[in-house]
Amino acid sequence: MLLIRLSEAIGVSGFEDEVRRIIRDEVSGYVDELFTDTMGNLFAVKRGEDPRGPKVMLAAHMDEVGLLVDMIEQNGMIRFRKVGGIDNRVLLSRRVVIGEKKVPGVIGAKPIHIQKAEERNKVVDSDDMFIDIGATSKEEAERLVKVGDPVGFSVRARASGDIVVGKAFDDRAGCAALVEILKMDRCRATIYGVFTVQEEVGLRGSRVAAFRIDPDYAFVIEGTTAWDIPEKRDVSPVAELGRGPAITIADAGMISDRGLVELLMRTGDENGIRWQVKRSTTGSTDGASIQRTREGVRTVTVSVPVRYVHAPVGMLDMRDFRATAELVYKSLLKLGGG
Amino acid sequence: MDLVGILKELTQAPGISGHEGYAGDVLMKWIRPFCDEVRMDRSGNVIGVKKGESGGGSVMIAAHLDEIGLMITKIEKGGYLRFTTVGGVDISILPGQGVRVFGKEEVMGVITSKPPHLQGGEEANQPFKLTDLYIDTGLPEDRVSELISVGDLVKLDGELIELSGGCIAAGALDDRAGVAAMVETLERLTRRRHGFDVYAVATSREEVGGIGAATSSFSIEPDMAVVIDVTIGMSPAVPGRRGFELGKGPVIGIGPNFHPKISGRLIDLAKELDIPYQVEPVPQPGGTDAYWIQVAREGIPTGLLSIPLRNMHTTVEVCKLEDIRRLSLLLSEFIASDLMSLKEGLRCFL
Repeated sequence: MLLIRLSEAIGVSGFEDEVRRIIRDEVSGYVDELFTDTMGNLFAVKRGEDPRGPKVMLAAHMDEVGLLVDMIEQNGMIRFRKVGGIDNRVLLSRRVVIGEKKVPGVIGAKPIHIQKAEERNKVVDSDDMFIDIGATSKEEAERLVKVGDPVGFSVRARASGDIVVGKAFDDRAGCAALVEILKMDRCRATIYGVFTVQEEVGLRGSRVAAFRIDPDYAFVIEGTTAWDIPEKRDVSPVAELGRGPAITIADAGMISDRGLVELLMRTGDENGIRWQVKRSTTGSTDGASIQRTREGVRTVTVSVPVRYVHAPVGMLDMRDFRATAELVYKSLLKLGGG
Repeated sequence: MDLVGILKELTQAPGISGHEGYAGDVLMKWIRPFCDEVRMDRSGNVIGVKKGESGGGSVMIAAHLDEIGLMITKIEKGGYLRFTTVGGVDISILPGQGVRVFGKEEVMGVITSKPPHLQGGEEANQPFKLTDLYIDTGLPEDRVSELISVGDLVKLDGELIELSGGCIAAGALDDRAGVAAMVETLERLTRRRHGFDVYAVATSREEVGGIGAATSSFSIEPDMAVVIDVTIGMSPAVPGRRGFELGKGPVIGIGPNFHPKISGRLIDLAKELDIPYQVEPVPQPGGTDAYWIQVAREGIPTGLLSIPLRNMHTTVEVCKLEDIRRLSLLLSEFIASDLMSLKEGLRCFL
């Protein structure tokens, strides 16, 4: 399954090569043009049936949060810095792979037996952590790893029925959904599928991609926080697993185009596709940078709900995934203008 | 080239973010002999253009012209001046600092506070807050009111001195050291053939958000860019992994903010020419003009060369002349290299 392969691929921001290769091979027979730009965004263009039809940008980001090697110690241990927002508390005791050669390593932890009581109550700073690749000296480590190499979490993705567990569903779920859409029948609109880079470090790839395309409409397909495990009773969840695509009305970076929000909702209702509203206004997506490109772009974000985003293991429901691709595609069919 | 002479003039010329004009005038004088055209744009960027032999492409090199400083917020009774900061000024370096206030005339002053004799034991252990400090010009209140208004800018004194071992200390070396490296790069290029047009931009307002870099890269739309800035120099105050040694050469940035083929070409050239260099992994884009240049328009492939600088954002910033010279050598060799073949590969990620 494509989603599983994409989940297991490593694509730390700025180092999206493996993900890009998988997607390129997957869509190459289904689109009219396939190219990259100076930042590494992958553009997959599917011409519309009507040359006067609208120009629609569909964006999903290839990058994921991860680490970057910043020093190799004399004893062969590797120090790192974080790329994107990662909670220090999920780092200890993880398996990782480093660089293009995917050198395996582990993020070590001080054994609990020798931790002092006050240490047990403190979160270890990522600056104090190290990756152990088994090297016993700097020279030995440097044969395999160099400063500046990206580090990704090594996590096998697994499916059980419709539930899939794995890493980086933010936003490989969006990437896989966008691939599905590109494989569907040609429609009136010309689709610019853009697999963007560097979303997690400041929404950077989408900004230059949108400038290049200058689209009439943009749909950002995301994997968003499903926080549906109640901490307190009667607190509204952000989005819930199994309840369909989550439509963003507003988040910290943008207010979605009202017309596109209504189009998605109406299309869902007419086609019996269950949808939900994302009930949190925190965080932001590529939509924020696309919306304010050039003279402005009508933009909406719609997401596959994912539990535990940015952690080395997340969870999604394939029914939501399929419904997201279907909802976006069916909405495209109703888009007017051009 | 008289690097110390240039740096003396450049560091003494005021250029607080948004008001880089004086420093810009000094710079224009220095680069005019090496350029075909020199101009200042409406954002306050100074742009020197040096035409290449074959055309076919352009490269922008950028160092920021502005420096951090202060701004007058209030004239107190007695003519004492209250102020706020422009850019990331560390309040703890301010007490005892000499300044120049740019009112209708330039006025000297000192930053001061309550004398230690009048501070209780407890108070003496508290760091000063901005509100504890004021500027004393020595002038009577009516004269101060005549000369100085709220909003006037203040430059922190930081005269250049030569230390041992080829080191210099001065204020505003962030990023006048980079600006000087840019001047020297242009000078070297007068003796070196290069195909691409060179746009040397001393950018405005970097310390308050990279505004000059964003506007100049949008208007110039170069095929590629290399930013020259300073980076943290190693000192006892800096944790081992975050600092770079003075004298060990320019620091080449790698990471998502930079195009891998530009960083790669810089590293290859340094190796080939035996120029000592260091590598700085930058996990998160930001901190320099490269942040905005990389995402201007359809994206401009960008690299970063930095000069290790101790005591950054103080009035005693320390760097080594040799690092500046090596940076300008590496950068001029980069510009003289085959940029056409580099340009052709910059969009290819497949």
